[in-house]
Amino acid sequence: MTPAVHRVVERREETRDVTTLMLEPVEGPRLAFRPGQFNMLTAFGVGEVAISVSGAPREEGPLRHTVRDVGAVSHALCQRQVGDLVGVRGPFGSDWRVSPDCAPGPILDVHDVVVIAGGIGLAPLRGAVHELVARSHETGGRVFVLVGARDPSQVVYHDDLEAWDREGAVVLVTVDRGTPEWRGRVGLVTALLADAGFDPSSTAALICGPEIMMRFSARALVDSGVDASRILVSLERNMQCGLGWCGHCQLGPFLLCRDGPVVPYSGVVSTLLNERER
Amino acid sequence: MTTSMAEILAAHPLVAGLSGDGVALLVGCAKNVVFAPGDLLIIEGAPADTFYLVRRGHVAIEVHAPGRGGIVIETVGPGAVVGWSWLVPPYQWTFDARATDDVGAIAIDGACLRAKALSDPAFGYALLTKVSTELLARLQATRLRLLDLYADRDER
Repeated sequence: MTPAVHRVVERREETRDVTTLMLEPVEGPRLAFRPGQFNMLTAFGVGEVAISVSGAPREEGPLRHTVRDVGAVSHALCQRQVGDLVGVRGPFGSDWRVSPDCAPGPILDVHDVVVIAGGIGLAPLRGAVHELVARSHETGGRVFVLVGARDPSQVVYHDDLEAWDREGAVVLVTVDRGTPEWRGRVGLVTALLADAGFDPSSTAALICGPEIMMRFSARALVDSGVDASRILVSLERNMQCGLGWCGHCQLGPFLLCRDGPVVPYSGVVSTLLNERER
Repeated sequence: MTTSMAEILAAHPLVAGLSGDGVALLVGCAKNVVFAPGDLLIIEGAPADTFYLVRRGHVAIEVHAPGRGGIVIETVGPGAVVGWSWLVPPYQWTFDARATDDVGAIAIDGACLRAKALSDPAFGYALLTKVSTELLARLQATRLRLLDLYADRDER
């Protein structure tokens, strides 16, 4: 697959090292996607890297990706300015199954949906939360957005968090390290579960963040009474081809670029998350 | 309708699951308290004679530093226990605990509870099992925070 050339039409510096790029195709329509899927973004002359789509299908406007500057390619992407070109290949992989047009997922038939995001893990969940909040207005269900970050400066999407709160979602944020100005919660993201007030017997959960955080969050949800089969996690390995051909992203029986990144926590995945690499 | 102290206590995670006799022993050491935002529940260095079971609101566990004021180590909310040093000598608080909003809690007299646990070993063992469970959860959460999970990672 050849990357489709896109132009940066807007960029936002979310934090010191996290940038959101808004992309418009140079030719043709905007790519269709579902929340949770990813694209392979090319920084021409540098390389290609897998980045989740952080937009929502019901949002109009350009394609949105939020990139953390952690390596050569992501650094080059974060340096792109308005007018610069970026390659886009995708979308790839599975999604959170919250869109009306996708196969029924674990959020079907539950009253509450708990979304747990750690750090930049909120980016792949952003589109799902948009869908869930809109859906909750129709179904009467509740949405709980629990966000953990290293410190207050690393909390992303302040505008969205405030908007979701205004629209009826329960939005709770905690940081590992407070600052003198911080008046919010300090502690592990799982500590927010006790405050949230969801009904475990009718709850589904979507989790994205560092793998250790996802493992402990999923365990805490199960301990609180949430059915493990109703928990989805987003896993990441070395995505390269995006098509399940090259095998670089294999995790047990999964090729995560094709079978993931969003996978059910129960069954094989819960075992794999506890498996040591050999 | 009024709710008895026994019912209030039994609804708290630290007490839930204890026998009726055990809850009755706790009732004799307990009273309802409220704190306004900014109030100190616990002061570093002071005798650790009373600990708290939070019912509503949030409490910041702090340590103060010259020029920096109170540094928040952790915040806890409804269902949490505030204060462990009542349990072991020298019965002296290590950190401050400050209400961050309107807090409703049950204050437990630590010396009273220790005496009852000593005189009734079965109750004491059950109580220590519950306390250890809470302590373990807090220790594990602290260990995970020490990992600095959200720190920079190399691109994969």
